[in-house]
Amino acid sequence: MFTWTQNLADWLIYSVFNIAKDSKLGSALNFFVYDTIKIFILLFLIIYAITFIRSFFPPEKTRKILANKKGHTFLAHILAALLGIVTPFCSCSAVPLFIGFVEAGIPLGVTFSYLVAAPMVNEVALGLLYSLFGLKIALIYIASGEIIAIISGLILGKLGLEKYVEGYVYEIEIDNDGLEIPIPTLNERLRDAWVFTLDLIKKIWIYVVIGIAIGGFMHGWIPKDALAKYAGKNNPFAVLVAVLFGIPLYSNAAGVIPLVSELTRAGVAMGTALAFMMAVTALSIPEMILLRKVLKPKLLVIFVTIVGCGIIFTGYMFNFIIS
Amino acid sequence: MEIKILGSGCANCKKLEANAREAIAEMGIDASITKVEDIKEVMKYGVMRTPGFVIDEKVKSYGKVLSAAEIKKLIQAQD
Repeated sequence: MFTWTQNLADWLIYSVFNIAKDSKLGSALNFFVYDTIKIFILLFLIIYAITFIRSFFPPEKTRKILANKKGHTFLAHILAALLGIVTPFCSCSAVPLFIGFVEAGIPLGVTFSYLVAAPMVNEVALGLLYSLFGLKIALIYIASGEIIAIISGLILGKLGLEKYVEGYVYEIEIDNDGLEIPIPTLNERLRDAWVFTLDLIKKIWIYVVIGIAIGGFMHGWIPKDALAKYAGKNNPFAVLVAVLFGIPLYSNAAGVIPLVSELTRAGVAMGTALAFMMAVTALSIPEMILLRKVLKPKLLVIFVTIVGCGIIFTGYMFNFIIS
Repeated sequence: MEIKILGSGCANCKKLEANAREAIAEMGIDASITKVEDIKEVMKYGVMRTPGFVIDEKVKSYGKVLSAAEIKKLIQAQD
């Protein structure tokens, strides 16, 4: 599908700009042009398709489904984690969503399974991973995200942490009588998906370009397997360091994936690179600031610790499975 | 007519407010626009996705930045 992109990048860099083919600069720029075109085309297709599909799974529906599963704890956790993939979740809606779930009587642990799965299994990342690395990696990504979400939700639920949710959350009474849930027509779904796609790309393009630029730099200047010594499978601390390094960094998943492919080329083990990506996307300071509005500091720390440990664990698991 | 924008001050809420102002300016009608930023107040409307759009205390849309044209339609449907 992307042979023409490679030809275009070759022509532009080696013929038009006349940069030597085997020079570091040439190889870096070629990578940058090729990846930029390719990733943005993929992003448009993936985001549009996903937004359309997601319009059938609004959070209001998810809340209803989960509220009806109160007695079935384990099933509810699985459902919450699965719905986390398809239910649209914009970080600025994290707080109303959390309150809405708690208000509907959904247990805290189940709410967390959802809150972990939603950013962890990022559907754009999933689409990109599938397009760039194949089905196996995409499936491992989705499975590990789901398992982390289910297990961390179960643990958080068992710990009885309700007292560490900000008190006002329980005092809010939702007056839901006047609210009608509009069901969009097919045309509206298609049009809304288009508007959303443009909006999202406007928001994330800079992360993507920065990610590709760093990837391009690595492509040109960092030789194959140069990092294997430090972050290869033989270093038992690589995953740990990658996750700790990734938590304070914040980027959209689409911006990290071009880096993942370069990191693996440079010799970083796949599991380590994916763990880094998950840490960057699932745990971020902006999201913590939002969640702080509903969670007391202690619960926030527990939440970050459990998710962080989950990511570290899957990093090691990946490295163990993929050889 | 009383229009309320529900949302905790994120970029989309500001965009929706701007679109609403544009719509009422073009229609030349007498309407007030209030932003509801306090999360407790927002939640009273039962909205889980921001921004929410309210006309005369009725939620008309949520989780979506309505365009000025869409807002005009909602206002016209109101009369």
